[in-house]
Amino acid sequence: MSNLTREETEALIAEVLEVYPDKAKKDRAKHLAVNDQSIEQSKKCITSNRKSLPGVMTIRGCAYAGSRGVVWGPIKDMIHISHGPVGCGQYSRAGRRNYYIGTTGVNTFVTMNFTSDFQEKDIVFGGDKKLAKIITEIEELFPLVKGISVQSECPIGLIGDDIEAVSKKASAAINKPVVPVRCEGFRGVSQSLGHHIANDAIRDWVLDVKKEDTSFVPSPYDVTVIGDYNIGGDAWSSRILLEEMGLRVIAQWSGDGSLAEMELTPKAKLNLLHCYRSMNYISRHMEEKYGIPWMEYNFFGPTKIAESLRKIAAFFDESIQKKCEEVIAKYQPMVDAVVAKYKPRLTGKRVMLYVGGLRPRHVIGSYEDLGMEVVGTGYEFAHGDDYDRTIKEMGNATLLYDDVTGFEFEEFVKKVKPDLIGSGIKEKYIFQKMGIPFRQMHSWDYSGPYHGYDGFAIFARDMDMTLNNPCWNKLIPPWKKPAAEGEDMAKAA
Amino acid sequence: MANIMIRRGDKGEYVFYLPKRDLEDTIVSMEFDTPEKWGGEIKLNNGGSYFIEPQTAPERLPYSVRAKRLDAAE
Repeated sequence: MSNLTREETEALIAEVLEVYPDKAKKDRAKHLAVNDQSIEQSKKCITSNRKSLPGVMTIRGCAYAGSRGVVWGPIKDMIHISHGPVGCGQYSRAGRRNYYIGTTGVNTFVTMNFTSDFQEKDIVFGGDKKLAKIITEIEELFPLVKGISVQSECPIGLIGDDIEAVSKKASAAINKPVVPVRCEGFRGVSQSLGHHIANDAIRDWVLDVKKEDTSFVPSPYDVTVIGDYNIGGDAWSSRILLEEMGLRVIAQWSGDGSLAEMELTPKAKLNLLHCYRSMNYISRHMEEKYGIPWMEYNFFGPTKIAESLRKIAAFFDESIQKKCEEVIAKYQPMVDAVVAKYKPRLTGKRVMLYVGGLRPRHVIGSYEDLGMEVVGTGYEFAHGDDYDRTIKEMGNATLLYDDVTGFEFEEFVKKVKPDLIGSGIKEKYIFQKMGIPFRQMHSWDYSGPYHGYDGFAIFARDMDMTLNNPCWNKLIPPWKKPAAEGEDMAKAA
Repeated sequence: MANIMIRRGDKGEYVFYLPKRDLEDTIVSMEFDTPEKWGGEIKLNNGGSYFIEPQTAPERLPYSVRAKRLDAAE
């Protein structure tokens, strides 16, 4: 099917909205838009970061998911206590595939679940004593732990436990940082506020702790990788490019990151920010307080990688810029081979995306490098500044949808008929059963890494593997196929 | 009154950031912009305007400051 015109897209949105009652229709209409590159300010066309409508299927998470799951969770040498009932921690355990190096249960703890397992009596009498006991137990059982964070679940805020006081006391007792994080799930409209709360907790409890320590010898080429959660090894395939350029990566936030790295971050020369949505707060804070400039970059797809590498190199002297060109040249033959192999198989295919807070705009370049086109994109929990950045990346008259509901997404897909959908696990089986190739773009569908040049090769292979899989021709059973084809098969038999 | 942060953009212009509303925009004009007197009424690219109590210019940007909303766009 050819691409929709602006009028057709507008008509499609109007048609989809038809099913809602008037009040809901008015609200949802603000979240759906047709992209117009001439608009500079996204709020003229789309509203974001608002409470989801009761009664619709939303795909959003909660503040606890944003803090425990995204920002704090991957810090490998700390133990993150899911403070509250057991479910929140258990059902989110190890789901994001943040890879790390270390021996789990000895000096690293990312895939383990620590919880205070609240019972009725803890709700009635408070859980502070239990929390203090857990911290002592952790110290006894896992002496190599470098620090502890207390991630509150909803009941903690509801019953008003004073986790700050317990943390301060426990921290003095075990002589390790204990960070209370007030990330109760009911705060905010989505996981986005959880990111913000987690960033603020890092600012208040981690950054200034080691400022007297002078054992670290800074170099003029110290950078940090901020907002890369090492999903399937993403941070590693990004890091090697920076290191080949002659830069020294002193901290990874927070995929495969450690507490010591975070404490060192104020000594960096430049903060490189990948996930703008979840870590721009701390970057802005470090810019103001320590004078460290920050820069957004994009390591998806060779075009954007080369662009970002050059932008990063421009911050440093000529030796780095020279090495940057060498790095780009070194990987060019590999990129050419990948593109030569997969572009003919993928070119012209149309993609719809619906992911979290960064990828809906970051991966567009990757698809375009393979000759594919993104015809619709949307965020679960982005804010206005994300859409400002998205409008430029997307083509005119393409669909933008914010916090899309299950119904709307299905209807859009039925009408736009994309060749591939990139979204999460909750959408995966619906669309696969509709016969549309699907990739999980949250966890890279258990593949990855997708960042960097090495990641691009894997990305291209995965997209080809999904799109050109022979199973998509087998969805109609032989007895329902048109008669002519059936006869051919009979003859062949 | 709201806490805002003012920083330099890529082209040397002032960039306004209002964390509460995730509003990031360039400043088109600032009433006073000398080392001795800095602030006053600021106009944003989106049409909104804010007021910063005139003061001596901050030594280093970014700089967090309280600002009063005079006229928000929307």
